[in-house]
Amino acid sequence: MTTPQQHPAPPQQAPQFPPQGQPQGYWPGQAPAGGYVSPIPVRKATLGGAIASEWTKIRSVRSTMWTLGVMVTLVLGIGLLAGAVVSGSAHTGEKPDTPLLILGFYGVLLGTICVITLGVLTISTEYGTGLIRTTLTACPDRGRVLTAKAIVFFLLVFGITLVCTTLVSIVDSMLVGDLVAHAPSGTEWLKATVGVSLYLALLGLLALAVGTLLRHSAGAITVMLGVMLLPLVLAMFMFSSSLADVRQAMLVYSVPNQLAVLYSSGASNGISGWTPLWIMLGLAAAGLLGAYASLVQRDS
Amino acid sequence: MIELAGLTKRYGDKLAVDHLTFTVRPGLVTGFLGPNGAGKSTTMRMVLDLDNPTDGTVLIDGKHYRQLHDPLKMVGALLDAKAAHGGRSAFNHLLCLAQSNGIPRARVREVLDTVGLTSVAKKRFKGFSLGMGQRLGIAAALLGDPQILMFDEPVNGLDPEGIHWIRNLMKNLAAQGRTVFVSSHLMSEMALTADHLVVIGQGRLLADTSMAAFIAENSRSYVRMRSPQQERLRDMLSGAGITAVPGEEGSLHVNGEDAAHLGELAARHQLVLHELSPQRASLEEAFMQLTAESVEYHAHDGRPAGSGAPPPGAGWGDDWRKKGS
Repeated sequence: MTTPQQHPAPPQQAPQFPPQGQPQGYWPGQAPAGGYVSPIPVRKATLGGAIASEWTKIRSVRSTMWTLGVMVTLVLGIGLLAGAVVSGSAHTGEKPDTPLLILGFYGVLLGTICVITLGVLTISTEYGTGLIRTTLTACPDRGRVLTAKAIVFFLLVFGITLVCTTLVSIVDSMLVGDLVAHAPSGTEWLKATVGVSLYLALLGLLALAVGTLLRHSAGAITVMLGVMLLPLVLAMFMFSSSLADVRQAMLVYSVPNQLAVLYSSGASNGISGWTPLWIMLGLAAAGLLGAYASLVQRDS
Repeated sequence: MIELAGLTKRYGDKLAVDHLTFTVRPGLVTGFLGPNGAGKSTTMRMVLDLDNPTDGTVLIDGKHYRQLHDPLKMVGALLDAKAAHGGRSAFNHLLCLAQSNGIPRARVREVLDTVGLTSVAKKRFKGFSLGMGQRLGIAAALLGDPQILMFDEPVNGLDPEGIHWIRNLMKNLAAQGRTVFVSSHLMSEMALTADHLVVIGQGRLLADTSMAAFIAENSRSYVRMRSPQQERLRDMLSGAGITAVPGEEGSLHVNGEDAAHLGELAARHQLVLHELSPQRASLEEAFMQLTAESVEYHAHDGRPAGSGAPPPGAGWGDDWRKKGS
């Protein structure tokens, strides 16, 4: 009876030997899969996972709260203040034919700076700290990393801006509605809320792309502020009449004017309607394509 | 298993990694050794597909890194202990990595416990010491319970207890059949942990050998003798046909002789000995000699006068320049 009891012993010991001695796994070709199999269930890495990861990243740092907090304060604060001031001032005579919702413009204009900052920081801090290497090791698919970042950032900025601009538009129209000649049309409402929110989110994506290309927070933010302000500033100094056309184009296509177009009712200065949105969509798309190419080709 | 074949990285006209071909096998701790700027970090980055090789290939179990479906479960890597956002907590840092590879949240707590950071899991990374950063980096590497582990200078900034811990960790990981690839510029550290050794200098492969073979080949052994009757000791040795060279503090160094034999010889001559000790030249010396030779070899070989080839030791500092870019 002793032999059957001794028999099971060798098979129990046997599995302990290969990991220690590794006579088989030692040579290439004989144990190609490696000697260790993890008990953790294997779930394929997906875009959904990457999005969850980016959401964790963006919500877990204070700079997000600060930039978005300041943006909300600016958009709501200045937008509502403008409404209150206009409604408080005494009006006599004819009602002006200015679009009512443009009262929200100034807050949003200042809010763009926060959106640009957050867009750049979303990726440039990863380069600043070296985290980008860990990120790309965990997810070698550059396209997936960039897509996940873009989706999370876009939805976050779009959602928050939509809530703010809608709130400002509603309150302002209640405050000032009686003082203007005509109530805003459906299209005007849509442009001043959804349109402006999309525009800001796309502007942020352009900042994200510039951050990816430059890999440096301060540099990328400066470049984006230049993109926003330089056309206006330069146009101011173009006195020569031979430059009149260039000056006009710079004024028309500057970011502040594009935003104003989204708030206005009719055609103004050459671009009108939803055109600013298409312009910014094109810029953001081109920027992100460049960012993707840079991520694929350059060393990290 | 990691297989490098002719891996080359060129920055401008400078070769940072020069046709490296070797294999890192499972079940062993493979030490990757070289002086600063030898190309260790560049090589590791190319293995992880962070840097694009100028030439050659790296395969992880037969696949390119970019082809891996679940990279963290295949390869865990610690490249830089400071590579985390200062404002993010240790837990969230690991959580976002876990989420990107579909690793369950519970595993984050497990690895935090493994590296001993559970108590500071909610603390922001900004307040972490270098040693805590290393532990967090190791936790990130272990997150996917991977078959292959790569550590770039893992003992930097760790206290003695931490160094002891990571030595055992690496040995245990290898004993479980995993591939462990660890870089260092400290030979003494590698002598304690590595089973296999890959040495590079100026991007070139200098040695690919087992640790035991490297020690046997490279560490010169000798016997140190000291006696109050210095002259008689000298006469006795020369009389027996043994050459001795003067060592430090009036001692004599004897090469190629057994200590027991020398002791018996002294007893027969009734000589008083104050010291009779077998010595080994440190592996650090052997390593420095090996890498120094490579530098000299570079300087003298294939350099026509005035061709503007890089001066000896030009490879030093490459790592620094790259980090800045």
